[in-house]
Amino acid sequence: MTVKAATIPTKEQIEEVATDKTLFGFWVYLMTDLLMFAVLFATYSVLHGSIYNGPSSNEIFNLPFALTETMILLVSSFTSGLGTLAAHEKSRKFVLLWFGITFLLGLAFLGLELSEFSKLVAEGNSWHRSAFLSSFFTLVGTHGLHITTGLVWMLICMISVATKGVTKSMVRKLTLLSLFWHFLDIVWIFIFTIVYLMGAL
Amino acid sequence: MKFHKGLLKSYIIGFVLSIILTLCAYLPVVYHVNSHHENLSHITILFIILPLAFVQLFVQLLFFLHLGQEEKPRWKLSMLVSFFSIVLIVIVASIWIMQHLNYNMSFIQFNNLMKYGEGF
Repeated sequence: MTVKAATIPTKEQIEEVATDKTLFGFWVYLMTDLLMFAVLFATYSVLHGSIYNGPSSNEIFNLPFALTETMILLVSSFTSGLGTLAAHEKSRKFVLLWFGITFLLGLAFLGLELSEFSKLVAEGNSWHRSAFLSSFFTLVGTHGLHITTGLVWMLICMISVATKGVTKSMVRKLTLLSLFWHFLDIVWIFIFTIVYLMGAL
Repeated sequence: MKFHKGLLKSYIIGFVLSIILTLCAYLPVVYHVNSHHENLSHITILFIILPLAFVQLFVQLLFFLHLGQEEKPRWKLSMLVSFFSIVLIVIVASIWIMQHLNYNMSFIQFNNLMKYGEGF
């Protein structure tokens, strides 16, 4: 009996294994998402020159605007990391503070991106205009869609933290959320470099 | 909980490095555009900004995603490496194939073949 009792894992050990498995499963999801973005990047690189008498990339992109977006997303990635640290210390106040800042920065980023899109569409340079613009809107729009999903997820988590406090499963969810947010920032580095910086050359 | 102590420091280092790397990529491009593409060639700029993007990728993987602190067996790292090789194949091969396709199927060449050549 004693031998058997010793081999039964404790509740904490089971939870730890579950957390590790969840984290790894989410990591695999992020990698498949990366593959999707890679395909969109490849499409963009191939179609970049197919402007069909429409505007080329160096006529429509605004570099300081793109830098502002990049910096906002970078700061929000940093604050989401600080939010995770606060979650591990079970500090409800700081979780709400850091993820609140991350949420507002994400919202600002999304607002800037949508204003850029609406400006392009208003000037007649929508996704109908050329293959280049179709691939641009698909690539950057997919990233924006991920940001939107992340913001909804963040809002739900923050409401849950505010009402129920930082529970164990909430720590796990917040870790996944900040993993997702860091991943989106990494994808944005490449959008910034390949679409905006290389597009301005 | 043992590895949470150094995490704040690693976030701050990653954040500062990312800002520096972003500006290092941004400023040459602005300089290049403002100087009306005279002083540096496009290829030089590409050789500056593309490696910087990859350096920033590694900085964020290390300092934000803490990939270096993973315990053995390193499943996350092996997933990352295998997916990166697929990504590399997809991107490089797409660009390579489509460039050759553009070259071989170019409209001018096609017209020349039909008008002055022997057709296909």
